Amino acid sequence: MATTFKPETEAQVLDAVRWAVSEASPLELVGTGTKRALGRPMQAENTLDLSALAGISLYEPEELILGAGPGTPLAEIEVALAAENQMLPFEPMDFGPLFGHAVGLGTIGGVFSCNLSGPRRIKAGAARDHLLGFRSVTGRGDVVKSGGRVVKNVTGYDLSKLVCGAHGTLAALTEVTFKVLPAPEKTRTVLVFGATGETAIEAMSAAMNSPHEVASTAHLPAEVAARSAVGYVSGAGGAVTAVRVEGVGPSVEHRCSALRDALAKFGAIEELHGHNSATFWREVRDASLLAEPRDRHIWRLSVAPSESWRIAERLHAAGEVMHFHDWAGGLIWAAVAPTFTAETVRAAVGPNGGHATLVRAPADIRAAAQVFEPQSGPLGSLSARVKASFDPERVLNPGRMYPGV
Amino acid sequence: MRMPEPDRDVMAQRAAIIENLRAIAPNGVIAEDDEMRVYESDGLSAYRTLPMVVVLPETTAQVAAILKYCGEAGIKVVPRGAGTSLSGGALPLADGVLLGLGKFNRVLDIDYDNRTVTAQPGVTNLAITHAVQDQGFYYAPDPSSQIACSIGGNIAENSGGVHSLKYGLTTNNVLGIEFVTIDGEVIRIGGKHLDAEGYDLLGLLTGSEGLLGVITEVTVRILQKPSTARAVLVGFEKSEQAGTCVAAVIGAGIIPGGMEMMDNPAINAAEDFINCGYPRDAGALLIVELDGPQVEVDYLIERVREIAEANGATSLRVSQNEAERDAFWAGRKAAFPAVGRISPDYYCMDGTIPRAKLPEILSRMSEWSEEYGLKVANVFHAGDGNLHPLILYDANKPGELEKTEEFGSRILLACVELGGVLTGEHGVGVEKRDLMGAMFNEEDLNQQQRVKCAFDPDGLLNPGKVFPELHRCAELGRMHIHKGQMPFPDIPRF
Ligand SMILES: Cc1cc2nc3c(=O)[nH]c(=O)nc-3n(C[C@H](O)[C@H](O)[C@H](O)COP(=O)(O)OP(=O)(O)OC[C@H]3O[C@@H](n4cnc5c(N)ncnc54)[C@H](O)[C@@H]3O)c2cc1C
Repeated sequence: MATTFKPETEAQVLDAVRWAVSEASPLELVGTGTKRALGRPMQAENTLDLSALAGISLYEPEELILGAGPGTPLAEIEVALAAENQMLPFEPMDFGPLFGHAVGLGTIGGVFSCNLSGPRRIKAGAARDHLLGFRSVTGRGDVVKSGGRVVKNVTGYDLSKLVCGAHGTLAALTEVTFKVLPAPEKTRTVLVFGATGETAIEAMSAAMNSPHEVASTAHLPAEVAARSAVGYVSGAGGAVTAVRVEGVGPSVEHRCSALRDALAKFGAIEELHGHNSATFWREVRDASLLAEPRDRHIWRLSVAPSESWRIAERLHAAGEVMHFHDWAGGLIWAAVAPTFTAETVRAAVGPNGGHATLVRAPADIRAAAQVFEPQSGPLGSLSARVKASFDPERVLNPGRMYPGV
Repeated sequence: MRMPEPDRDVMAQRAAIIENLRAIAPNGVIAEDDEMRVYESDGLSAYRTLPMVVVLPETTAQVAAILKYCGEAGIKVVPRGAGTSLSGGALPLADGVLLGLGKFNRVLDIDYDNRTVTAQPGVTNLAITHAVQDQGFYYAPDPSSQIACSIGGNIAENSGGVHSLKYGLTTNNVLGIEFVTIDGEVIRIGGKHLDAEGYDLLGLLTGSEGLLGVITEVTVRILQKPSTARAVLVGFEKSEQAGTCVAAVIGAGIIPGGMEMMDNPAINAAEDFINCGYPRDAGALLIVELDGPQVEVDYLIERVREIAEANGATSLRVSQNEAERDAFWAGRKAAFPAVGRISPDYYCMDGTIPRAKLPEILSRMSEWSEEYGLKVANVFHAGDGNLHPLILYDANKPGELEKTEEFGSRILLACVELGGVLTGEHGVGVEKRDLMGAMFNEEDLNQQQRVKCAFDPDGLLNPGKVFPELHRCAELGRMHIHKGQMPFPDIPRF
């Protein structure tokens, strides 16, 4: 009978994993289960629910570090950080809107396991750049720790990088320690109206290549912009390119006005402040503007920014698509008609590098398609050996990322 | 330091090995003792070994052929960039091939549209900045050795620099690599896009000290240079005050471009050496650099000034122009050679501590300094807690190197005890290998070695570095939990 284990201590996680190894009975790892529909569907008989390993165990604002159990709600961490005027710089997305459930339910363990990073990734780095250390139970049934609580650390292999984005296929995290940063005093967003395709990518590149420390820049084609809850964006009647600037007051004002001047040649300019700016970047972060219609498959493509407008064109040529760009063009979110195959999407990425992940699709599609960029040849076998080094019996989320891994 | 016993069988075949390597890299084999001498150590010059043979390939195909040959023949390989490692990472092995990347010295691609540079691994760190500075760009991680060290070595060591506080370490600035495994497979990960697909092998390779693969191509991100930078030079009576000031700056939400500290012996050594105008009577000196648009820099300088004054600054100067800013940094940048002038030898340590523990580690150090009769000068990446105590000694005095090493080990162990780590940026290498047990237990270290086994099952790449004890991969892979042996877990369930 299917059992859900809900350990309250690391020792109990160890008991559960060791039992799973001895029974050759795989476990599906979950926090609050908000990202269960991400990746390939799981065939595990039993569930390891890590949500009881919760709570902030260490928070030293002046050291810029925070440590917590993997089951700690992201919302709780954000409240604690806000009380000290700090933030998670990598701005993890919330899958609520895309997956059709409530927002604010995810856990910090899930954020790191999926290496979730939002619009500020281009300036501040990804989730993987912030995880300083962890404790875990590997699929061998060993308690293993790595890293520490300081930023400067090259002692031993950086296993924090490996567990970030491993989707729970290597080890069950039991504690994470990560870097945080002061929240910006002020934020403003410069909007450019009407630039499309290649010109929009050029506008974002011009902003990135300026010394104005752009925190994020995104481009919404007309039909996506029309869906925004921000009036300046939905009312634009065309495509919208946005550039966010953060920092201390006088600096933000200065950089904003310099960017307005520099970008004026690409189209009419507007500026978002406060609430509007925050709403807009949440829409970009969570890809919520693509949530409807629900039958659309959602893809996330990470590509070279300069290539991204061509890739988007190739996608549109292949069928019914809505898309937008984050990360100065380099991140493409695309909602495609169910007729699209994974091969079509990956062919659009083309030969110049990059990868595509199927973020939302019915379970049967995700079971049949390669959800994550397929790895073949030496790289594929190397990844399989890395998996085996942590989890040789494949008891942790087997098949979540790749068949056989 | 005990290195793995050289393999007599391999050494007996030296002549044939040299021939085989010549067949792969006709112009790249060095086998004469006096010509190999320059490779016998890296920046940790207390350790020296002549390699069995040196090979300097010119192409990835040659690297692949060399590794495939060595992998099949069971010959050890030590990769080497510019040889500036301070932890003995590039120390040769008497029965090993030293594989130097010195001929991989070309910048391959500069892409301003994607803000990336692709280079061969032997290109120096500074050469990357030089290649793009006419367009106002630079490569952010700036180790003090940047004129000499190679970008491949930077990746192998995950090097940092003064500006890493704000702009990150090597690992935060690399987008892609090509590397070759010991079985001669050429693997590319990442590229001009962000976040490599699948497991983050790029992150794993970064800082792996040449134990997992040989890096043959590198893509890094470049940044537009900030339009202005100004520095504040603040003297304090006591280092505790400087420490509190650092915490207060960060507590106020300010992340400076750089925030460096020097203690009194380091201040005076620098002042003696280049006369840079540092306050000789200060117990500690902070250099805080702010960068960004002029308005931002001016605004933050004022805030830092207020914070410094509130924390008991005894002297404070703000740079008024580039020449003055350079002068503020000159002493810090010359700190190592300055210390080298006042002592026959010095030993550079590299621990990290939580910033708040600074007073404690400094007071322990001065206690031990008296106990051992060895002077210490401290330079310190204060913003991120990375300490570089320089222990002054004389290698010609019998027993003094050993005493120095023991003192150094105690400092590093104290860093770990205070919540920090053994090495912040210089790597474990051979130097800190035997201290790894202070940070990691056997299970932790075994798991790291299992990862090594996934890349290099026979342990041929740079053996004797990083891990205090080498286990066979077969032994490490064995499972200790057997079928049906574990009880059904007695834990909350549904
Ligand atoms: C005066 C001085 C100041 C320094 N300052 C700093 C500093 O501020 N910050 C800092 O972080 N470090 C500093 N260092 C240390 C050193 O410069 C860095 O560790 C540097 O990254 C080493 O690069 P390298 O090319 O010299 O590598 P090497 O010394 O040749 O090799 C270092 C390690 O990398 C491996 N390796 C080298 N190239 C490759 C490759 N292509 N593929 C796989 N493995 C490879 C080697 O096997 C070895 O383990 C300093 C050193 C000196 C001498």
